[in-house]
Amino acid sequence: MDFGLTHEQQMVVDTVRGFVETELYPLEPHIERTGVVLPELGAAIRRKVLDLGFYAPNIPTEFGGGGLDHLTFTLLERELGRASMALGVFWGRPSNILCAANEDQKARYLYPAVRGERMDALAMTEPEAGSDLRGMKCTARRAGGDWILNGTKHFISHADIADFLIVFVATDTKRITAFLVDRGTPGFEIRPGYRSVSHRGYQNCILSFEDCRLPDAQILGQEGQGFAMANTWLHATRLSVAALCVGRARRAFDLALNYAAQRRQFGQAIGKFQGVSFQLADMITGIDAADHLTLAAAWRLDQRLPANREISQAKLFASEMLSRVADQALQIHGGMGLMEDLPLERLWRDARVERIWDGTSEIQRHIISRELLRPLGA
Amino acid sequence: MKILVPVKRVVDYNVKVRVKSDQTGVELSGVKMAMNPFDEIAVEEAVRLKEKGVVTEIIAVSVGITASQETIRTALAMGADRGILVETEASPEPLAVAKILKALADREQPGLIILGKQAIDDDMNATGQMLAALLGWPQGTFASKVDIEDGTATVKREVDGGLETVALTMPAIITADLRLNEPRYASLPNIMKARKKPIDVVKPADLGVDPAPRLSTLKVVEPPKRQAGKKVKSVAELVDKLRNEAKVI
Ligand SMILES: Cc1cc2nc3c(=O)[nH]c(=O)nc-3n(C[C@H](O)[C@H](O)[C@H](O)COP(=O)(O)OP(=O)(O)OC[C@H]3O[C@@H](n4cnc5c(N)ncnc54)[C@H](O)[C@@H]3O)c2cc1C
Repeated sequence: MDFGLTHEQQMVVDTVRGFVETELYPLEPHIERTGVVLPELGAAIRRKVLDLGFYAPNIPTEFGGGGLDHLTFTLLERELGRASMALGVFWGRPSNILCAANEDQKARYLYPAVRGERMDALAMTEPEAGSDLRGMKCTARRAGGDWILNGTKHFISHADIADFLIVFVATDTKRITAFLVDRGTPGFEIRPGYRSVSHRGYQNCILSFEDCRLPDAQILGQEGQGFAMANTWLHATRLSVAALCVGRARRAFDLALNYAAQRRQFGQAIGKFQGVSFQLADMITGIDAADHLTLAAAWRLDQRLPANREISQAKLFASEMLSRVADQALQIHGGMGLMEDLPLERLWRDARVERIWDGTSEIQRHIISRELLRPLGA
Repeated sequence: MKILVPVKRVVDYNVKVRVKSDQTGVELSGVKMAMNPFDEIAVEEAVRLKEKGVVTEIIAVSVGITASQETIRTALAMGADRGILVETEASPEPLAVAKILKALADREQPGLIILGKQAIDDDMNATGQMLAALLGWPQGTFASKVDIEDGTATVKREVDGGLETVALTMPAIITADLRLNEPRYASLPNIMKARKKPIDVVKPADLGVDPAPRLSTLKVVEPPKRQAGKKVKSVAELVDKLRNEAKVI
């Protein structure tokens, strides 16, 4: 067993960390105040990442991406996850599922996404279908040689800046199919979503389809194979959530650790009080545990071992750990922790969504327990 | 033209160093190490010269333990072409490093050697100057700007009270100051390529140099804690305190 990083992995970590701290941290306070990332700013971040050859790091080199293995990509997500998501989103990581596209679609969607020319977003959730995605009401029905889409999606992240969407709809009662839908397609509208407590500047959107006509050429993969494809390609997003939770928890922890060493009350550093120092001990233990779960799950993917349960464990544990650690880090800062002058109130607010998106904690527990019980026939 | 860039493995500048309890040095176990920041600037300058077409090959050299290979790899990921590790367990002093670099310069015949002005661990600020003396080459230390043209290196030097410009006939030695440039991040393709670039490993003895230290460290201690400031009521009181308490005038 080898828990060490290779020198390449360490350099990826150092480079991403350096970029995040130097290029992104200084922009955060403004984004938090305004809730908006101006398009020019987003484009400038994208340009820098492209120049570094770090854009689309998750996509295989044969398609023009960085070709990182799961473990190294997870390390990258961990470091990138320290920064505001509204900024980090411009460090493009196109959905892996685009690798399932045919040649014509790769030319129209995958390659431009890898080159930073087009941005993708992915839509499954609907007002009436969240955890229970099989209950989705968005439909596509046959009309001549084409498909007609109708229905509504909501909570769709960064659709406001997306050029195209990967949309999952029901093409029959039980058959789910993925379509590639360009912004501007007649009958397709992207509307602003809700104002959220987490991740200011990172918008969620509502998509509506009203008799939106699409040809067969817009089907990603095979008709009816939507969930099979999602299972093959999208597990990695749960792992990314786990990784960014670890990175962000570490950022909160480092702030708390330094504050505990410097802030003096009752004539000594507050870190000298066991009430504070034991919290720090619990925090770092949780962070390291989540880190190991996450990296081990990524390692399993690289080894082509079954990893569904391990990925869910990592996502579950890391997101709940982040909520605890962000809360404790804020507590250690006392009143100052609540103020917008420090990033703690934001880390604390942002932490909340991680237990909900990409499968709630309850759904992760469901996946984990099903993996164990199903083989026993229960 | 070849260019030689020596790079040193030091404690990462973000790390708060701690003195070992036996006072023999600073704690290195489990501490993050990185390339000396001034050496990073030197590598960056070399890479820029290569991008301008002035330089054809960049050789990164490190003198130190096996792990110093990582520092060389970092230089390779920034754009250096190959590396030489002069492997030694001794932690060599500036004169030994300068002798080693002289031997390598004799072998490689570079047109330019760019070093960091000093290493942030021992702050010696001596290797570049000693190397220039050993080689008999002109030197431009504390460089904040470098221009190369027709066999001459024009170097702006940061000296007390201003900038001094010197013209050096190459081959020459340059040491990099903080404002020379801002080192780039290693790009992902270069990180991946770095693994395939060659690193030669030689011993100081192969170069005819004895790296054994000539200085011995008696003890290393923490700097004294800063005392809280005092307010004085008059100039007379200030002068009195400076003379009788601080004993500095
Ligand atoms: C900011 C934000 C951005 C998002 N971005 C995207 C996106 O880009 N694309 C996308 O497709 N989706 C996105 N989502 C949707 C997200 O994945 C869903 O919110 C999530 O899957 C939960 O669905 P729901 O909100 O409808 O909650 P529900 O499914 O209605 O759940 C409500 C509660 O019931 C619990 N529950 C449900 N079923 C069970 C069960 N079987 N056992 C136990 N408890 C259960 C849940 O855990 C939860 O506590 C986003 C959500 C948010 C908040």
